[in-house]
Amino acid sequence: MHNVAIFGATSAIAEAVARRLIKPEARFYLVGRDDERLALVAADLAARGAQVQTQVADLVEVDAEGLVAEVFAALGVVDLILIAYGLLPDQEACEKSLPTTLEAIAVNGTSQVALAMAAAAHLERQGGGTLAAITSVAADRGRRSNYVYGAAKALVATFLAGLRHRFHGRGVRVVDIRPGFVDTPMTARFENKGLLWSSPDRVAGNIVRALEKGSGVYYVPGYWRAIMAVIRALPEGIFHRLPL
Amino acid sequence: MEISGWGRHPRIDARVLRPRTFGQLAATVAGEVSLIPRGGGRSYGDSALAPTVVETRHLDQLLAFDPATGVVRCAAGTTFAQLLDALLPHGWFPPVTPGTAAVTVGGAVAADVHGKNHHRDGSFCDHLLSLEVLTESDGVVRCSPTERPELFRATCGGMGLTGVILAATFRLRAVPGPWIEVESHRAPCLEALLERFAAHAQAPYSVAWIDCLARGRRRGRGILELGRHAPGPAAAPREPWRPAVPADLPGWLLARPAMAAFNALYYHRQRRAVTRALRPCRAFFYPLDGIRHWNRLYGRQGFLQYQFVLPAEAAPAGVAAVLDRCAAAGKGSTLAVLKALGPGNDNLLSFPREGLTLALDFRLERDLPAFLQELDRLVVDHGGRHYLAKDARLSAEVFRTTYPRWEEFAAIRERYGGHRRYHSLQSHRLGL
Repeated sequence: MHNVAIFGATSAIAEAVARRLIKPEARFYLVGRDDERLALVAADLAARGAQVQTQVADLVEVDAEGLVAEVFAALGVVDLILIAYGLLPDQEACEKSLPTTLEAIAVNGTSQVALAMAAAAHLERQGGGTLAAITSVAADRGRRSNYVYGAAKALVATFLAGLRHRFHGRGVRVVDIRPGFVDTPMTARFENKGLLWSSPDRVAGNIVRALEKGSGVYYVPGYWRAIMAVIRALPEGIFHRLPL
Repeated sequence: MEISGWGRHPRIDARVLRPRTFGQLAATVAGEVSLIPRGGGRSYGDSALAPTVVETRHLDQLLAFDPATGVVRCAAGTTFAQLLDALLPHGWFPPVTPGTAAVTVGGAVAADVHGKNHHRDGSFCDHLLSLEVLTESDGVVRCSPTERPELFRATCGGMGLTGVILAATFRLRAVPGPWIEVESHRAPCLEALLERFAAHAQAPYSVAWIDCLARGRRRGRGILELGRHAPGPAAAPREPWRPAVPADLPGWLLARPAMAAFNALYYHRQRRAVTRALRPCRAFFYPLDGIRHWNRLYGRQGFLQYQFVLPAEAAPAGVAAVLDRCAAAGKGSTLAVLKALGPGNDNLLSFPREGLTLALDFRLERDLPAFLQELDRLVVDHGGRHYLAKDARLSAEVFRTTYPRWEEFAAIRERYGGHRRYHSLQSHRLGL
C-alpha cells in the first residue's frame, strides 16, 4: 500500500495508522478539519520519509464526489482509502436536542456513506484497492448510553457490508474496523480507564494487519469479537438489566 | 484525575490538559493561573505534579529529519521509544538516552538526563542544537548555546519552570544497527568495581548493578556492564513479550529477605568473571521497560528513588559510607545502580558532575524519611547533590546548598516570567 488517502487524518488512530504505513515511496493525501493539527501530522509523516499532500475540509459540509475525484487525480492509483473521523456525542444532549442528534448522525454516519459511495465508484473503475472505515463496537447493539453514535456507526457498517457483497471477487477490498475502548482525545472525558482500554498505537498495529490481510469485519484488539458476540447474543430480558 | 510520578508517591488529584496543537497549548496555558508541563510522567517524585498539568502526549511528531546528517527536530512529547521506532531502522540512535524509553524529549531536556555514556558524551542537553520554548514574557522563542544562551542554560535541566518546551533539535548518532556488544564484569567488592570502571573509561557505555545488601568484604559487589554499538545479524531482534504487573503487589513482597535473595541471585547469575554477549539495544538500555508497570511491585504506597552524585575525589569513601548506612539500617534497594559520570556542563540546575552517581529504590515505610535525612547529610558532607528528576522530599536548605547556582536560575526564570505561571509541588518545596 503506497498511495493512501485518509479522511479525518488528524484523529489519533488515523495518525498512528499512518505512521505504521510509512515505507519508501509512500504517498499520503490527508484530509482533516483542524488546519494546524493537519499540518503537524503531515510534517511528521514527511519527516519519516513520505510524500504528503493535505487538504483542510469539513467532511460533513464537503462535496464528497468532488473531494474523492481530487484525491484520485492527485494520487493516480489509490491503494487505500481510510475513513477515520468521528465524534462521540453526549447521549443526553442528543436526547434533549434533535439537531444535535442529526448532526451526530451526519458526522458519524451519512457523511461517511457519501465518501464511501463516491470512493467505491473510483475503486471499481480502478479495478482494485482497499476501502476501510473505522466504525465501532457501538455499532453492534444499541445501548442507552450511546445509541445515537452506535446507530450512525451501524449505518456505515451495514453500508460497508453491502459494498463488500457488491465487490466480492472483483479485487476491491472493503474493511470494517471496529475498535473497542481506545484512549484518544475523543474519549478523554472518561476517567479510570481499566483493563479493556488500549492505546491508539496498539490498535493501529491491529488495524494495519487487517488492512494488509483482507476484507471483512475486524475487531481491534481482537478480543472484542468475543465480547461483542456475547453482547449481541444476550436476550433483551437480560440485556436491559445490565448497566451498559 | 489522580496522577503521580513513577514512584507513585505522592499522588494528587489534578486537572490534566492535553492540547493537540502548539496553538491550543499556548491558549490553554494562557487560560490557567498556575501549572506545570508534564511529559511521559517518568520523573519519580513530584517534579511534574501540580493541581493543573499540561501534558504533551498529543504533541509527539517529528517535525523534520535529515537522513544525511542525522539532525532531527521533534515536538516535545515525542518519546525515546518513538525515536527508536522511527529512526533506528535508518541507522540513527539518540545521542544520549535515559534508562526508560517512555521518557519524552521535553522531559529529557527539562531534567537534562544522562545515560550510560555520560562519561564520554555528557548529558542529553549537550547535544541540543536548539530549543523552542513557550515563555510567559516573550511568547514562543528559540534558544540555543548561542541564541538567548541564558534561557537555554536555565531551561536545560530547569524542570519545566522557565516555560513549556515545545520542540527540540538535536543530532543523532550513526550506529551500525540495533545491537549492542555487551561485556559484563563481575566484581567482588566496591573497590574492585571502581577499579574496573576506571580501567574501562574508554568503553562507550558503562553502568554497574550493585548488591547494596552485601556487607563486610563483599560490600559494593556488583556487575559492571560495558556496551558498544556493534553490527549484528541482519534481521532485527524480535520484539519480546512484555509481561505486565497486573495490580499492586503487597508491600512485604519486596521486604528485606526477598530483596537480599534477589540481589544475591542477580550477582551469582553471572558465573564467570567476564562474559560477552550480543544484545538488542532496547534490552541493554531499557531493561525495566521489559516489565510494564514495574512500579506496582512496591505496592499501593509507592516508593522513593534516591539518586545522588558525589564528586570524584570524595566519591569512593562517600559511596562506601552510604552503603554502610543502608546495610546497618537494613534498608535495601532491590536494584542499586552505580555509574561513573564525566564532567558536568554549564546548565544552571543540571545534575551530572564528574564523579560517581548511585541510585537506590526504597519502599515507603514510616521510618524512611528520617533515614533518608541521614543519607542527605552524608551526600552534603561529601560535596554531592541529588537528582531532581527522582526527588519527592528534598528540603529547600539541602537544595540551595548543593545547587549553588539556584539564584542565577531564579533570576532568569523571573526575567522570562516563569515564576508567575509555572510551579510544581517540587518547586514550591524547594523554594523556587
